[in-house]
Amino acid sequence: MPDATTAGGVLLVVAIVLPVTGILLSFILGGRQVERIALIVLSSGLAVASVIFADIWRTSHHLIYIVGDWPPPLGITLRADGLSAAMMVAIAIVICVVGVFAHADFDARAQPVETRAPFAFWVLLMGIWSGMNMIFIGGDLFTLYVALELLTFAAVPLVCVDGRLETLQAALRYLLFALLGSILYLVGTALLYGSYGTLDIVLLSRQAHMAPATLVAAVLMTIGLFAKTALFPLHLWLPPAHAGAPAAASAVLSAVVVKGSFFLAVRLWFDALPGILGPTGAQLFGALGAAAIVFGSVVALRQQRLKLLIAYSTVAQIGYLFLMFPLAFDTATMQLQSNAALTGGMLQAISHATAKAAMFMAAGLVYAALGHDRITELGGIARALPVTIVAFALGGVCLIGLPPSGGFLAKWLLLKAAVGTGQWWWATVIVAGGLFTSGYMFIVLSHALVPPREPLKLSAVVPRYQEAAALGLALFSLLLGLLVLGPIDVFQVGRVGAMTAGVR
Amino acid sequence: MNDATLFGLCGAALVGFGLYGLITNPEPLRKILAFNLLGSGVFLVFGVISRRAAAAGLGGDPVPQAMVITAIVVAFAATAMAIALVLRLFEATGRATLGSDGPADKGNA
Amino acid sequence: MSASSVFDICLAVLLLGIGAWTIIVDNAFAAVIGFVVYGLSLAIAWVRLSAVDVALTEAAIGGGMTGMLMLGAVARLRLARVDGAGTRWSVRLVAAPLCALIAASLATPLLFPPPVIPSLAPTVTQNLVPTGLGNPVAGVLFVFRSLDTLLEKVVLLLALLGIWSLAPDGAWGGQPGLRVYAQPNSTLTFLAQLLPPIGIVVAIYMCWVGAKDPGGAFQGGTVLAAMWLLVIIAGLENVPSIGQPWLRALLVFGPLLFLVIGLAGLVLANAFLAYPPGYAKPMIVAVEVALTLSIGVVLGLLAAGPPELARRQ
Repeated sequence: MPDATTAGGVLLVVAIVLPVTGILLSFILGGRQVERIALIVLSSGLAVASVIFADIWRTSHHLIYIVGDWPPPLGITLRADGLSAAMMVAIAIVICVVGVFAHADFDARAQPVETRAPFAFWVLLMGIWSGMNMIFIGGDLFTLYVALELLTFAAVPLVCVDGRLETLQAALRYLLFALLGSILYLVGTALLYGSYGTLDIVLLSRQAHMAPATLVAAVLMTIGLFAKTALFPLHLWLPPAHAGAPAAASAVLSAVVVKGSFFLAVRLWFDALPGILGPTGAQLFGALGAAAIVFGSVVALRQQRLKLLIAYSTVAQIGYLFLMFPLAFDTATMQLQSNAALTGGMLQAISHATAKAAMFMAAGLVYAALGHDRITELGGIARALPVTIVAFALGGVCLIGLPPSGGFLAKWLLLKAAVGTGQWWWATVIVAGGLFTSGYMFIVLSHALVPPREPLKLSAVVPRYQEAAALGLALFSLLLGLLVLGPIDVFQVGRVGAMTAGVR
Repeated sequence: MNDATLFGLCGAALVGFGLYGLITNPEPLRKILAFNLLGSGVFLVFGVISRRAAAAGLGGDPVPQAMVITAIVVAFAATAMAIALVLRLFEATGRATLGSDGPADKGNA
Repeated sequence: MSASSVFDICLAVLLLGIGAWTIIVDNAFAAVIGFVVYGLSLAIAWVRLSAVDVALTEAAIGGGMTGMLMLGAVARLRLARVDGAGTRWSVRLVAAPLCALIAASLATPLLFPPPVIPSLAPTVTQNLVPTGLGNPVAGVLFVFRSLDTLLEKVVLLLALLGIWSLAPDGAWGGQPGLRVYAQPNSTLTFLAQLLPPIGIVVAIYMCWVGAKDPGGAFQGGTVLAAMWLLVIIAGLENVPSIGQPWLRALLVFGPLLFLVIGLAGLVLANAFLAYPPGYAKPMIVAVEVALTLSIGVVLGLLAAGPPELARRQ
């Protein structure tokens, strides 16, 4: 039964065209207008994402748009299922809040002429958004490659956007890793096209079968996506890049950008090539995830600088995302099932996005106020910036996985799946990860709550709205667990097809 | 299509060379060069896929060819950005290295 | 073994040899020269693979523009201090078998193709007829998979912005520091006066004929960029400041026209990026012309680098 454009499918086109138009207009209208353009794009983009989410939730049916009226395999289709909608809304919220936060650091109207950093930041932010939206709704693996490159070219300059020389090395290393990732992904698409004559995800899912070409393609694409998601052991580029970037940029990089390649990995294994991942492969993903959790947490515990600690925490939290694979694997059908483990994994991605963005924003405020981010010298900051420290703590609560946060619900679903499938070893890893996270959160908070040895001299006054932005996002992550009362079923919309197709 | 397979194997070998150069050579400029070699190998793989699928009076399947054209342009933009970063790094610090580790050190933290 | 097979084998051996050499050789300058030769040989290989559009693009961008970029970089990095350490043996020991494994795993599917080789060539030829285009690759790029091409334009613009953002704050809006080798009355000046008019005609021809024969916006745009860079390097023209409105307008003109025509498709045809029947070819040619200009400007600026000199007051 061929796909057809559904009513409301044109919203998918709007979701792409909006940020692209914003980027093009910014170039012509000049740097002083860029923040205004970004404001319009961000707010309308959030509205579009919300409408798409509401539509999918209400109708329990996914949205489809056939671009150019050329159905696959010749043309490209845009598809939004429950996963896409949830991620789109979550990322839209994160980007909008970061946009509010970033106004103070990247004010485009501060000078009478176009200035470098604000112009670059806002256009790159819109670039990241268009790349992420394209990744969430793209239905063709080559279009997803172009979207990945879009994301990389928008993300790398953000690392060194404030012009500090120390960030240049981190940016270069990030770029090289990202390019390696993209080119490995690309060669995989070549092999897949060679075998099946199409790169459309739904068409592939119907035809994909275990063959040398398919296996090689899947492995290479996955290695490439691992490199871009900074999964252990290909995580080397992440800590210096995320820690060195300015606060708003770190928030976007850690919260949003790494989720793009992760989402592609989910699309690849759950949707495009169902049944190709064997039980060993699933356990291998889980092992790498567990290694990431342990390694990232242990190194985070040893960090002296707050931003580096948070960056290593990202390395660890990315490990949770890949635990989803062995937990979603059903040994009876030898396939990845779109069950509660999938919901748990995606919810973990969303919770991490919101919590980590809040934490990086809070850390940025601490840095701005104190002039440094050395953890041992944070004494007194809790009294000076109470809202900021509360935001940081709430973000940490979500990462540790305490109720009612999104992190709690996500880990609950993953633990249930682990116990349900008898894979108690992953349950141990999840619990251990939570303990590690509490460890480094405790270290930071204990230093922050200590009164200072001498009265604290703040080097800058931190605007209230920046603190409010961080707190708002942290509260959102805290309350995400309440999703269970309502839209949690959204994640499963449009998944039935993935479950019945590809049975070989 | 024997000639196509020949270039395809050539492409696979070039991917190996390029990947080796990317991982092992410490200078960023040589890494960028290796990346371009790697990319051209990948494009040759596309080329084989295209040539093998020649049909309907065309010498090759045009879809992979179009993909390669897109990818060549993107690879050029990537090279330009990487080189700009290397040059800026050199201007700022007087050296053009990645520091203590490159994409190779899988052993260390 | 026919003559063409012998030729192919020699070409493949040449490619492998030069490719390996560029990785191994110590001198960076020699490696880049090798790479330029490699790029041109690769273009010939693409012709042998019956992909003339790709051959043109590879020769122009892969060999020409990339080589130029690298030569410039090597020249400027001559004075860089090299980290004496070199790569540890343990890294080489791990990397070599890994790369060999990956190369072998890529070679296996190529040696054993599927019994029935799927191809979209018949579908493309069939659907190409109503659009009026004669070049199937142009059909894929601008009709069937036009979303990829549109997004790729945005990718180019973002890469350019990324490069621009590397400038120091004070130099923003200024001129890229493209090295100028202006020596009056030299061969370079002569070439820079002689070639551009020819180059522009070639570019226009390539863009125009791309609808029917191999060629198109990318190839034409690269020739334009190359001519522009030649004129600038020879000192006959100044590098424009990046803040110039006309420069920005040219950069955005192509993708913006593409986007507008795509949105018009929502109203005039059935979908975004669909063409109303009968008007497909003129619209596509218009888009290609606009894109040739924009691609020329963006590729030239990508090669020119970040602004270094403060804007002219």
